[in-house]
Amino acid sequence: MKLIAAMSGGVDSAVAAARAVEEGHDVIGVHLALSSNPQKYRSGARGCCTIEDSHDARRAADVIGIPFYIWDMADEFHAGVVENFMSEYKAGRTPNPCLRCNEKIKFAAVLDRAKAMGFDGVITGHYARTRDGDSGKTLHRAVDPLKDQSYVLAVLNREQISGALFPLGDTEKVDIRLEAERRGLAVAQKPDSHDICFVPSGDNAGWLRERMGSEDGPIVDQDGKQIGTHKGAYTYTIGQRKGLGITVPTADGSPRFVLKIEPVSNTVVVGAREELAVTTMKGERAIWCGPDIAPGDHRGFVQVRAHGAALPCTYRFDGTNLIANLDEPLLGLATGQAMVIYDGDRVVGSATICETAA
Amino acid sequence: MSIYLDHAATTPMIEPAISAMQSALRKIGNPSSLHTDGRATRKDVEEAREVIAQSLGCQASEVIFTGSGTEANNTAIKGLFWSAPDKNLIVVSAIEHHAVLDPAHWLVEHEGAELIEIPVKDTGVIDCEFLRDLVSRRGDEIALISVMSANNETGVIQPIEKVVEIAGSIPVHTDAVQSFMKLPLNFSTLGLFAMTVSAHKIGGPLGIGALILRKAFEMPALLHGGGQEREIRSGTLNAPSIVAFAAAVSQNAFSAQSVEILRQKFEDGISTVAPHARINGKDSLRLPGISNITFPGTQADFLLLLMDGKKVSCSTGAACTAGVHRPSHVLMAMGHDEIGATSSLRFSLGANTTAEDIDYVLGVIPEVIDMAKAANSL
Repeated sequence: MKLIAAMSGGVDSAVAAARAVEEGHDVIGVHLALSSNPQKYRSGARGCCTIEDSHDARRAADVIGIPFYIWDMADEFHAGVVENFMSEYKAGRTPNPCLRCNEKIKFAAVLDRAKAMGFDGVITGHYARTRDGDSGKTLHRAVDPLKDQSYVLAVLNREQISGALFPLGDTEKVDIRLEAERRGLAVAQKPDSHDICFVPSGDNAGWLRERMGSEDGPIVDQDGKQIGTHKGAYTYTIGQRKGLGITVPTADGSPRFVLKIEPVSNTVVVGAREELAVTTMKGERAIWCGPDIAPGDHRGFVQVRAHGAALPCTYRFDGTNLIANLDEPLLGLATGQAMVIYDGDRVVGSATICETAA
Repeated sequence: MSIYLDHAATTPMIEPAISAMQSALRKIGNPSSLHTDGRATRKDVEEAREVIAQSLGCQASEVIFTGSGTEANNTAIKGLFWSAPDKNLIVVSAIEHHAVLDPAHWLVEHEGAELIEIPVKDTGVIDCEFLRDLVSRRGDEIALISVMSANNETGVIQPIEKVVEIAGSIPVHTDAVQSFMKLPLNFSTLGLFAMTVSAHKIGGPLGIGALILRKAFEMPALLHGGGQEREIRSGTLNAPSIVAFAAAVSQNAFSAQSVEILRQKFEDGISTVAPHARINGKDSLRLPGISNITFPGTQADFLLLLMDGKKVSCSTGAACTAGVHRPSHVLMAMGHDEIGATSSLRFSLGANTTAEDIDYVLGVIPEVIDMAKAANSL
């Protein structure tokens, strides 16, 4: 096949590209420039947006022996990921920009262009697997549970999954580093990237404040009584306990948690831990990573964080929303996060959480 | 096999230059040393200097070897500015190479210089009336004027004689990197103050250029040290490269006439296989080897990837440090909008380009354009 390898400059995408070449595919490497003003050097363990990262990707392509190009996706990234990140926070939700990037950039902008230019698909260094089934390819968890990235890929539809290759899903990360070493890739020991690539400081709240300003507002308890002041409601997240700056203690001395963020009145509601309990979640914008689900209730698992646990649940699709009822309540669930449904290790689909209930 | 149509970026070294370089690499002797070996190397360097001087219509002492055309441009722009402490205005054309634009902008940012860019018309030629008006109003303030001899992206030739005439006593520098050995260039007849040339565009090695600077003019240096090159460019002379540079000059294989014929064949073919394409600067006098073409509805980086996939090497014109394609400032100055300025490719022909090369490229262009258009419409 003729394939485009998305190369971030990290070890995973480099080994993924090398494996595809070894399997006999005709591969070219593409580094996505996602920032219009890239930093020259990495700061900390974040990495795919600096000039140094694009250099690392180029050197990996040299070693693998494939052509290499840089595509400027800064405008697409800003419109599809960064602006969405800000508007979601503004609306009191907690977005996951890595999912948006996979959905809008890596497997949309890149895959579509690749196909238009005569390529068959896109290779990435994500830890996930695909299998060929009766109704096309399906998406599955990676063998390495610590690295499994099927959660952030659950926004891909069937067509996108059919054009995606994840050569690393069958291997543990530690072995990928050894393999990179063996292949002579200089990025073998490069640290993994963490956090959000476009927030170089790692301080999401500070980043948001800088761009969206901060309007102080009340922190209230469940009775509506003000017990503190916050520095911009959007910089808080459901379930958050630290950094609330509340000096009024609770009657029994138990800690308070963020229960609700009300963007219109710029209010943060806090309360006891038990109040965070969620047993039902509703998600919009459902995407099926394999066959459509049949009407009615199904048993399965739902995951609500990138490296969270798979929670046993009963789920159904009502034609508009995806609804999951948990067997055991979950504490603290932010709207805006993705709910990803698993059937064993297979990703059934995902939706963006818009409502939760106890 | 690949078809190389990026000779304006760099062109293969010619055999006489390679063999001159090889034998020089085997010699010992720092050209600044006083002993027999040193003098022997120095003799080679000085003979080379004379060959280059002769080809440019200047005196040998006016040739200052540098490590690149970029270094020569930087030396000229900064040196001429620093040489006129009572003048604060720098005038350059809007279509200069970054090796001229960036030192000028650096002087604005770091030394408070004022920079005025001479606009170009849609033909790609600078607006001489703008310059005439500027000189008549503010001539006393101008430290230097720099206008390239021919543009690197479009090949459009600039009216240097007229610039010198308008400038009067104001020093004029020209970046002649692209036009060297492709156009008749005579430093003294043109009345220039400074001129930049580079070896690797004419079949010489990479990493050697020259600033041609009017005799006896003392100028602040960028590099200080051993005092070589009139104390304007210290550093051990790169004898093997200088010798090869001169060999490329004296044995130049570039035939303007035959390259012009091939380019005509290419551009005629383009109008058949890609009727919506526009050739930038077509109605102006151009260097014979450069063809800059806008393919509406495409993006240059996709075009380049697809051409590369067909084993055709060409260029998007401008690249930044990250390798990200940016809209060409040259095409923008010629009146293109940002979209037009990111949908153009530069094909540049060289001494070894053949009619078969042109036929092959014309053959692959329709498919490449179709795919690039499809990718761009997403």
